[in-house]
Amino acid sequence: MPGGTPRRNRLTEALPLLPFFAVVVVFLVIPTVTVIANAFWDDTADGSFSFSRIGALFSPAALGALGSSVLLSASTAIIGAVLGAVLAWLIVSSPPTSMVRRSVISLCSVLAQFGGVALAFAFLATIGINGVLTVWVQEAFGWNLSGSGWLYSLAGLVLVYTYFQIPLMVIVFLPALEGLRAQWREAAISLGASGWQYFREVVVPLLTPAFLGSALLLFANAFAAYATAAALVSQGSPIVPLLIRSALTSEVVLGQSGFAYALALEMIVVVAVVMAAYNVLVRRTARWLR
Amino acid sequence: MKTAVRAALWVLFGLFFLFPLYAMADFSTQKLVEGGRTWQAWINLVTDDALYEAIVVSLLLALFTVVATLVILVPTMIWVRLRAPWARGAVEFFCLLPLTIPALVIVVGLRNVYLWVAYFLGESPLTLTFVYVVLVLPFAYRALDAALSSIDLQTLTEAARSLGAGWGTTILRVVVPNIWSGILSAAFISIAVVLGEYTIASLSGFETLQVQIVTIGKTDGPTSVAASLAVLLFGFVLLLVLSLVTRGRRRVQGVTA
Repeated sequence: MPGGTPRRNRLTEALPLLPFFAVVVVFLVIPTVTVIANAFWDDTADGSFSFSRIGALFSPAALGALGSSVLLSASTAIIGAVLGAVLAWLIVSSPPTSMVRRSVISLCSVLAQFGGVALAFAFLATIGINGVLTVWVQEAFGWNLSGSGWLYSLAGLVLVYTYFQIPLMVIVFLPALEGLRAQWREAAISLGASGWQYFREVVVPLLTPAFLGSALLLFANAFAAYATAAALVSQGSPIVPLLIRSALTSEVVLGQSGFAYALALEMIVVVAVVMAAYNVLVRRTARWLR
Repeated sequence: MKTAVRAALWVLFGLFFLFPLYAMADFSTQKLVEGGRTWQAWINLVTDDALYEAIVVSLLLALFTVVATLVILVPTMIWVRLRAPWARGAVEFFCLLPLTIPALVIVVGLRNVYLWVAYFLGESPLTLTFVYVVLVLPFAYRALDAALSSIDLQTLTEAARSLGAGWGTTILRVVVPNIWSGILSAAFISIAVVLGEYTIASLSGFETLQVQIVTIGKTDGPTSVAASLAVLLFGFVLLLVLSLVTRGRRRVQGVTA
């Protein structure tokens, strides 16, 4: 590409980009800036900079929700990363063009990215009060699987989140696994390494950055997820996204809408920090993954 | 030994992922009180007015979003590669930004913007198209970027231009047929995203399919479960067809949330 474009052409060059940047600025940048600015606004005084809304983040309810959200995201990220890596390994060892493999990957894409509300109903139909598995177990063993409504608590959310975290891990980790070349294994074996040694000395060091990066992505994904939890838990707000919902929808309580901005800022900060770490790890993986 | 472990793992994963789907099919066809089977929940998908209307709204939203995304993104990405390489980094940055900014954050900050949108365009749920374009940007960008990288864009456009084609003709009749697989990927994935979107629609108070599913779920479980299963199956078929159509190109579905 020619480096020095004459300045007078810049305008005609930039003009066709206008629609794209207009949409992005109005519907992505302005909302984000609105959130950040309003988080530092004072609604009691006449519009000045203050930390009062940020201060509300340190109330017991907000801290409790943050703690639960971190716990939920971390546990499902770890479970999802480990089990997802195993499933990805199973998929990689089947032939690349097989129908089974295509179907599994398509199913993973659907569950990981587009499930949302549907996943909540999947588990309600399985282990809800009248769920299929609940009824079976009730008839066979007399146990009540849905007892005490645990499905609607944090433990239930962990189970339901696992259902989209494992598929997400498969999708983001599969390329790294596919990048392992058969020659490397052959080279190691022909130099006298055992299968276990090849795994420990070659595979693990190569895949560690990709694995950790994917786990971070899973964490951010769970932390920001809203639809599944919202459909499952209709009352109470045990985690940050649901606390944002109640702050947004119950504006009758004074100062609650301001609280939503502060919580949204908290979410931006957590997700941005995690995604920055993710990008560092991805860049490291990209060095050999080609 | 190794084969046995592998088979056992397949069975366990299969049970974990397929049983809830089977349970949905079972649950949505049973009569909860009297017992026995009924297709009533599935019939409701088309006969229940509110639900049917929501399905139509969601399908229209999917269509508008796909068209708007392609119309905005394809020329932009071509232009950035040919004439404005200095803007390429910025375009990529903004396209991937929605991965870092959750939909929930966007909807919190969207109130003022939507006051203006409602002022100019009315309060139709179809105005969600604009936000959905932003939401599908990362997916569409990756699909189109992969397709554009695999062709010699410079030569193609120069050939077309030197033969007298204008920019419109060049894009529509020369470039687009060559990046068809990328456009198809972008379109299919966008459709799946829009049909599954709940966060923004529900918190902005619009009655899309997912919002209706949740509302109905409070009184009529089987119908909600039937609609949920229908959406999942539709998304699955869409992506499976996509992987068959674009065979040979690897990592078509390497999209990340």
